[in-house]
Amino acid sequence: MAYIKKVSAKLIFALPLFFSSLIFSEKSDYNMPVGVTDVSESIFELHMVIFWICVVIGIIVFSIMFWSLWKYRKSKGAVAADFDDNFWLEIGWTVAATLVLVWMAVPSTQVMVEAYDDAEGEINILITGHQWKWHYEYLEDEVGFFSNLSTSQEQIDGEVPKGEFYLQEVDEPLVIPTNTRVRFLITGNDVIHSWWVPDFAVKQDAIPGFINTAWTNVPEPGIFRGACTELCGIKHAFMPVVVRAVEREEFDAFIAEKVALAEEERMLTSKVWTKDELMERGESFYAVNCAACHQANGQGIPPVFPALEGSQIALNDSSKHIEILMEGVQGSAMAAFGDSYSEVDIASVITYTRQAWSNGENGDGEIVTPQDIVAYKNRIDL
Amino acid sequence: MSTVVESHDHGHHGPAKGLSRWLFTTNHKDIGTLYLWFSFIMLFIGGAMAMVIRAELFQPGLQIVQPEFFNQMTTNHGLIMVFGVIMPAFVGLANWMLPMQIGAPDMALPRLNNLSFWLLPMAFGILISTLFMPEGGPNFGWTFYAPLSTTYAPSTVNFFIFSVHVMGVSSILGSINIITTIFNMRAPGMTLMKMPLFVWSWLITAYLLIAVMPVLAGVVTMMLMDINFGTSFFNAAGGGDPVLFQHVFWFFGHPEVYIMILPAFGIVSHIIETFSRKPIFGYSSMVYAMASIAILSFVVWAHHMFTVGMPLAGELFFMYSTMLIAIPTGVKVFNWVATMFRGSITFETPMLFSIAFVALFTIGGFSGLMLAIVPADFQYHDTYFVVAHFHYVLVPGALFGIIAAAYYWLPKWTGNMYDETLGKLHFWLTFISVNVTFFPMHFVGLAGMPRRYPDYALQFADFNALISVGAFMFGLTQLLFLFIVIKTIRSGKQAKPEVWEGAGDLGLEWTLSSPPPYHSFTVQPQVK
Ligand code: HEM
Ligand SMILES: [Cu+2]
Repeated sequence: MAYIKKVSAKLIFALPLFFSSLIFSEKSDYNMPVGVTDVSESIFELHMVIFWICVVIGIIVFSIMFWSLWKYRKSKGAVAADFDDNFWLEIGWTVAATLVLVWMAVPSTQVMVEAYDDAEGEINILITGHQWKWHYEYLEDEVGFFSNLSTSQEQIDGEVPKGEFYLQEVDEPLVIPTNTRVRFLITGNDVIHSWWVPDFAVKQDAIPGFINTAWTNVPEPGIFRGACTELCGIKHAFMPVVVRAVEREEFDAFIAEKVALAEEERMLTSKVWTKDELMERGESFYAVNCAACHQANGQGIPPVFPALEGSQIALNDSSKHIEILMEGVQGSAMAAFGDSYSEVDIASVITYTRQAWSNGENGDGEIVTPQDIVAYKNRIDL
Repeated sequence: MSTVVESHDHGHHGPAKGLSRWLFTTNHKDIGTLYLWFSFIMLFIGGAMAMVIRAELFQPGLQIVQPEFFNQMTTNHGLIMVFGVIMPAFVGLANWMLPMQIGAPDMALPRLNNLSFWLLPMAFGILISTLFMPEGGPNFGWTFYAPLSTTYAPSTVNFFIFSVHVMGVSSILGSINIITTIFNMRAPGMTLMKMPLFVWSWLITAYLLIAVMPVLAGVVTMMLMDINFGTSFFNAAGGGDPVLFQHVFWFFGHPEVYIMILPAFGIVSHIIETFSRKPIFGYSSMVYAMASIAILSFVVWAHHMFTVGMPLAGELFFMYSTMLIAIPTGVKVFNWVATMFRGSITFETPMLFSIAFVALFTIGGFSGLMLAIVPADFQYHDTYFVVAHFHYVLVPGALFGIIAAAYYWLPKWTGNMYDETLGKLHFWLTFISVNVTFFPMHFVGLAGMPRRYPDYALQFADFNALISVGAFMFGLTQLLFLFIVIKTIRSGKQAKPEVWEGAGDLGLEWTLSSPPPYHSFTVQPQVK
């Protein structure tokens, strides 16, 4: 039965594919990529089948139309007939159109069933869309990282020549093993994003509060580039997806390294931090993650982004300060940083903003340590 | 006493003078003219925004505008073209033509008609003014998905919501007027199945509008509550559902796209039969096709949401229902071709635009069919392929329908023939530039360029430069159209009542003088 299905699908595909292979090469600047997975190949074939059916119908309809326009032009003395309906003709083409659509629906349904499969993967990766970067977390090993655009602002502004992978490169790509069923659990942290890798034919919306699933199984190593495809704000075009597929051993080594790094981070949390160490770390974290809205000088852009210099919370209320960093502010653009960054980062940026500008002189200048953040988390868990 | 006499005078001896003619008019032709000029002006405003978009996209890199402003341009371009150009232009045509086509003196509810129009400049005045506010105008796309348009929106979103409400009221009032007119004011003998197809298309469109504009009003009201009153309809953190927004929006949105094409179906049917000198083929199947498109349009909305994570059964249902719409749509195309078949065809400007409509709208239908195929849509969705699709159905579709209608009826409205040579020039420049602009979008989309991007990877550069050139050419060409319209209003060969050879028995409008009397039919004609 499955065999018959396969053969009939092949037959449906064969003829149009033959033509399409004449016209479109594999990696094309003007057609859908064939991609590297079984699913992406099936989708490509399906796309070409539907395309050629449309072309054939188009040729038939347009040739009749243009031939009529030519043949029955008045300047050549054409005299109009006066029929205005034909019952059987109308029934005929309605039925024909319906049959063609059924012909399209059959392989479409087959490919859809093939692509749609939410069983667990051997490797499960939680993908979270943030404004404007992706976060990847390997659920089995509990390690994760952010993936940011690495194209420089100078390239974007045209001050230096653009590189080969302009806007398609990141500081840290997602790494997945080849020949393994990888399942993606996709969600959003703030607004809706959409995670797309054309070569896998995977596109899933990253929606806050929901977890969507998608999967792939990549047969060969390579680097695959994709994009965010749901409008997510100012830097929608600047949060690309890059996936590196590697052999299993290399993947295991990569994970082992990540696990070791995470262990180091945890050590940092329990170590005793001096104020200066926290300040230094906090300042660079602030520059990367906070300054876009609250500005490097702490003045913010009122009324939307409040000033931190002189803010009562930053001066005298360290517990509220921690809560805001951890939970975000409902109904505003202030995100919850707690789930995405380490205790050390959160503590150091809080310490930094309590000391920086004039805040250190005018407020209590309290130092918040990673242990305080751990304590906060434990309290919440209770 | 004297006022009574005066209003009596105005009622029977033509329009008032000066500005008050336009402010207080209750005349269907004056209001139709207002609608048409309004949409023409909005075409240039929305078009200027498109020029900004294409100038930025001419090359990779950010050179002319920053992403924040770019997003405001794409958003307002879409909103203005949909709600400010296509819809008001069709209402303007309805105002002018429905009473003349059904043998009535005016619309049934003339004061309501005045209100429907004057709400529009107010709505768009508010919308456009947000662009000059410190936080900038709406920047979340014309589909304004939550939570980008709620929690993360600039506070000017409140003005946007208000302006959508006002537009909605205008559309609903207009639709009530149209339905009332069609049901109550037809000439004796004009049964439903004898109504001109443009009248049919508007009757169906008006019902669609009454059904879905309240849904749009509902969804923006939910946004308003989320933003200002602490509800959580679309806010996941408060237990709400961002996807609910999309379901409600597209339940409005898909019928909306048919609202933007059905009247064009009606117009093109009239033009093709006129210049083929042969009655429309399959009149009743044309009516049934429009009715089934309208009904089906309520059960296909989630084809815009194939990637939000629906269950398999849902994906398949919306794929099949969407494919089903292709049947009545195909029937219409076949009927137009069959009308031309064995006709006696001439190629005046309205006919050229209508032929281009049939060919290019069909291309848009094909890409629509491809988009309906769920697994393939995973690759197409939110790329330029979708942009190509909807511009093919909306520009050489809806907009060509409107332009064709303008050429077709302008001699009737003004009493002057337009300049045929300039008209043909306008057609060819438009036809070429529209394809140079929108055809390559299919290719960049398939190759992977997402939509709503102010900047893009290098492999898309060549096509984008070409697209921008086409777009500038298209934009400039429409200035020629403006010139032709003004020239026709001011002068031109005197038009006969039937205007087009043999049009005399095609519809009641051609039995009136050109230009027609201020109160179209003061005595109802008898339809055999
Ligand atoms: C044969 C008829 C049609 C079919 C099968 C069809 C199908 C579709 C599908 C599946 C999409 C969603 C694509 C995606 O986002 O991935 C779409 C988008 C769209 N269609 Fe069509 N369509 C048809 C005709 C029309 C017509 C007549 C119009 C308007 C006059 C229209 C206007 C649009 C618009 C505006 C969008 C994009 C909305 C957006 O996301 O901004 N379509 N169409
Ligand atoms: Cu739709």
